[in-house]
Amino acid sequence: MTFVAKPRVHHPLLPTNEVGLTRRDYEGLVSTLCAGCGHDSVSAAIVQACAELSIPPHQFAKVSGIGCSSKTPSYFLGNSHGFNSVHGRMPSVATGANLANRELYCIGVSGDGDSASIGIGQFAHIVRRRINMLYIVDNNGTYGLTKGQFSATNDKGSTSKKGVPNLYEPIDLVSMALQIGASFVARSFSGDKTQLVPLIKAGLLHRGFAFIDVISPCVAFNNHNGSTKSYDYLRTRGASVVTADFIAAGEEITADYAPGEVETVHMPDGSQLRLRKLDTSYDPHNRAHALEHVLEAQQEGEVVTGLLYVDPDASDCHEILDTVETPLNALGETELCPGSEALDRINASFR
Amino acid sequence: MTTYNDFVIRFANVNGSGSASANGMFAKALFRMGVPIATRNIFPSNIEGLPTWFEVRVSEDHHHGRREGVDLMVAMNAETYREDVASVVPGGFLLYDNSKGLDRRLFRADITEIGIPIAKLLLPEFADPKQRKLFKNIVYLGALSALLNIDFEVITGMVSTQYRGKDELIAPNIHALEIGRGYAREYLDCPLPIQLRRTAGLGDSIMIDGNTAAALGAIYGGATICAWYPITPSTSMAEAFEKHAGQLRTETDTGQRKFAVLQAEDELSAIGIVIGAGWNGARAFTATSGPGLSLMSEFLGLAYFAEIPAVLFDIQRAGPSTGMPTRTQQGDVLLAAYASHGDTKHPLMFPSTPKECFDFAADAMDLADRLQTPVIVLSDLEVGMNDNLSEPLTWDDERRYDRGKVLSREDLDAIEDYGRYVDVDGDGIGYRTLPGTHPTKGAFFTRGTSRDAYARYTEAPEAYTENMDRLLVKWRTAASLVPAPEISGHGHRAGIVFYGSTAMPMGEALERLADDGVQLDAMRIRGFPFSQEVTEFLYRHEFVFLVEQNRDAQMKTLLVNETGVDAAKIVPVLYYGGMSISADIIQESVLDHYEKMRLPRLWAVGRGTRGGTPSVQTAIGRGDPGGDSAA
Repeated sequence: MTFVAKPRVHHPLLPTNEVGLTRRDYEGLVSTLCAGCGHDSVSAAIVQACAELSIPPHQFAKVSGIGCSSKTPSYFLGNSHGFNSVHGRMPSVATGANLANRELYCIGVSGDGDSASIGIGQFAHIVRRRINMLYIVDNNGTYGLTKGQFSATNDKGSTSKKGVPNLYEPIDLVSMALQIGASFVARSFSGDKTQLVPLIKAGLLHRGFAFIDVISPCVAFNNHNGSTKSYDYLRTRGASVVTADFIAAGEEITADYAPGEVETVHMPDGSQLRLRKLDTSYDPHNRAHALEHVLEAQQEGEVVTGLLYVDPDASDCHEILDTVETPLNALGETELCPGSEALDRINASFR
Repeated sequence: MTTYNDFVIRFANVNGSGSASANGMFAKALFRMGVPIATRNIFPSNIEGLPTWFEVRVSEDHHHGRREGVDLMVAMNAETYREDVASVVPGGFLLYDNSKGLDRRLFRADITEIGIPIAKLLLPEFADPKQRKLFKNIVYLGALSALLNIDFEVITGMVSTQYRGKDELIAPNIHALEIGRGYAREYLDCPLPIQLRRTAGLGDSIMIDGNTAAALGAIYGGATICAWYPITPSTSMAEAFEKHAGQLRTETDTGQRKFAVLQAEDELSAIGIVIGAGWNGARAFTATSGPGLSLMSEFLGLAYFAEIPAVLFDIQRAGPSTGMPTRTQQGDVLLAAYASHGDTKHPLMFPSTPKECFDFAADAMDLADRLQTPVIVLSDLEVGMNDNLSEPLTWDDERRYDRGKVLSREDLDAIEDYGRYVDVDGDGIGYRTLPGTHPTKGAFFTRGTSRDAYARYTEAPEAYTENMDRLLVKWRTAASLVPAPEISGHGHRAGIVFYGSTAMPMGEALERLADDGVQLDAMRIRGFPFSQEVTEFLYRHEFVFLVEQNRDAQMKTLLVNETGVDAAKIVPVLYYGGMSISADIIQESVLDHYEKMRLPRLWAVGRGTRGGTPSVQTAIGRGDPGGDSAA
């Protein structure tokens, strides 16, 4: 049995957040992934981000597809409902879940096989629909659960563990998301928690579709020399353009900002996202510029990380559809059933 | 001899020529005169330029199934003229535009030709060639009003209603009607021996298509989310939902909507959205047809195994593959029953009428919530897309939605030990919780992988088997909740079984067979899994005919598989040409079987409608299976 319980007793000195919960309250089951898997760092970053946001865990809905990445919702937010659906189809399930209850914070976790191969159609269309959610891809360039086949995000020329090069062009989900209209697009690295945690927090509070492509090395099948998704490659070739610091609503701003241009983005709930541009010419509000920058870096073999694009005034699918404020799943007969008198009128219109 | 309210009229047109609105007005006019009708749109998978037919069966006896042969053909399509002329019954009528000479080789001495110079009549009246093309349809409608005795005021009234707001169109339309009517009255023998008369027999009936009725049923049943992908013949259901929900579910002050319609990128996504919504506690449905159902299969297996409510309307069309997208069939029965890999099965509902489409749509929402599983409503193009007479739709204002076993925060507080898949009540159905219900209790991980009663992942054989067996307990619960069969007749040695739109010609077929000395107990199956009544009906008859519209007798396979009935007892009566099955086909097939098997017939005449000799009850060879048949 792969189900392992964690001790329920917490350390008495663990700090609590605004709703009186400790970080442990945001954890899930013990991970069954390989030791050192980047995905576990992503889960840990989600735990930290959610705890720091002081959102009660049951107000999250977790959705995933199939694959190593899609198992991870078991390993964070144990008091939230989760749905491990079918391969490549998490976006549709997330869409339905979000339509049913717009008040929940929706976190989708997918992988590169799940989102860039079998589910690329669903990925593209959830971006278009602007579902209000945080969509994380744990991107390791390989099919881990089936033991190391190349995935569609694997760079051309990058080699397998046995040294065989990948012959096909990679799909870059970040470029795709930018092009199709995502209103929050970021890339990060599972080994860089300092960068990842604020991005997750900002993505969760962003109204609209927030996408984070997290390069998350696979220690079992894609962490060797020759891989472009290894810890070493990312540590040497990763280049951050914009670093985000997240300041929750009402929190005192004490962060010590490094020199460079700082820009404050106001989030819908009053919190602030402060962007430090490492490259002062970079404009995170210009979609075309962001796309250009990503592509240029790619040509140079660099992996651009950080918050690449954000539109703080974006709308979400509920606004597009003009649905009522009350979650649709909370409406009953009174609100939904037009009643027999209305039906009499409808009958009359068919005579 | 003049007959009243008893004929088949068929309009042969070119699609995209504006004929649909004229033909629709014709049907509506008859309906408003109280004349019982059934309409059939026989259309191509094409937008403009291909042949299309519209057929109206007029029957004061309320025979609404299709009948072979056409009594009056309105032949407006030169391309199909040859087959159109050939389809007229001897003694029938052919109305055509004789502005140009016709190929005399097609002439038939046994039918009456009615030539009207439609194009010539329009030429001096309308300068715009586009108008002349559109008004051809209106001219023949005007002529038919005289030939068949349609109340002219009914038609002109309809024109005025239809073009309200576009008043400039009313006068020219009425003028075109008068041109046709005037010509017929002046130059033709009016009315024809087949003609119409007003009746009071329609009461409060309505004329509606099954898809619109189903969409209204989904609204009344509390569906808030419709996710779909365009596919004939289901598209009109999603569109009707959006239209009527827009009228019925929009808040007057804010303009905000208490529903969401999403046209998804494909059917996989459509059903995924429905399942995501169902998981999160909203009533959701999709409408599709065969190819879409194939695509949805993987997700249906997930919803079966993870136990999530979902409602799917499959408006069947002729398969396999793309098949005949605009023709009707009942070819998805087996796919729907067992969609997805592994041991999977789904409750089905088979509506036969628009009223049932409405009722079943609302009931399916309750059933899916109660059973926590996908429920598939198997309609088809015949019932879904054609305007048909229907009892008015009804709703009991006292009715409350059955949301099934969903625990509230208070419920959870009162429970010590919650397990999502624990069979507390012994009916195979566990208690659900919805995301966001309780801060610390009731959360679980929904998955398509194997799990124990507490929703924890497991590959332990005992836990897996226990779960699969519980799903069978739930399946038996479902058998008592799906609509029961409708059984008529009792005590006859043989029965006849049918479902869905095959019911439409069945009343007429049974009347005719009774006149032919074949009396059958009848059972209309309305739901799957089969209830005990279905099994008993099969077992208590020596043999049963099973009438369905597919090649492989799919319902027979399902019945044999699920009830264990001897396959040899079931005699399939099959039609799968894409038109709807007619009473003629059923009658002939049953009689053929009686002849072939030398089965005795019971002469129970007395209806006086056929054969002539009334009320002579002569039992031949009843209970004597070896005896000669009466034929």
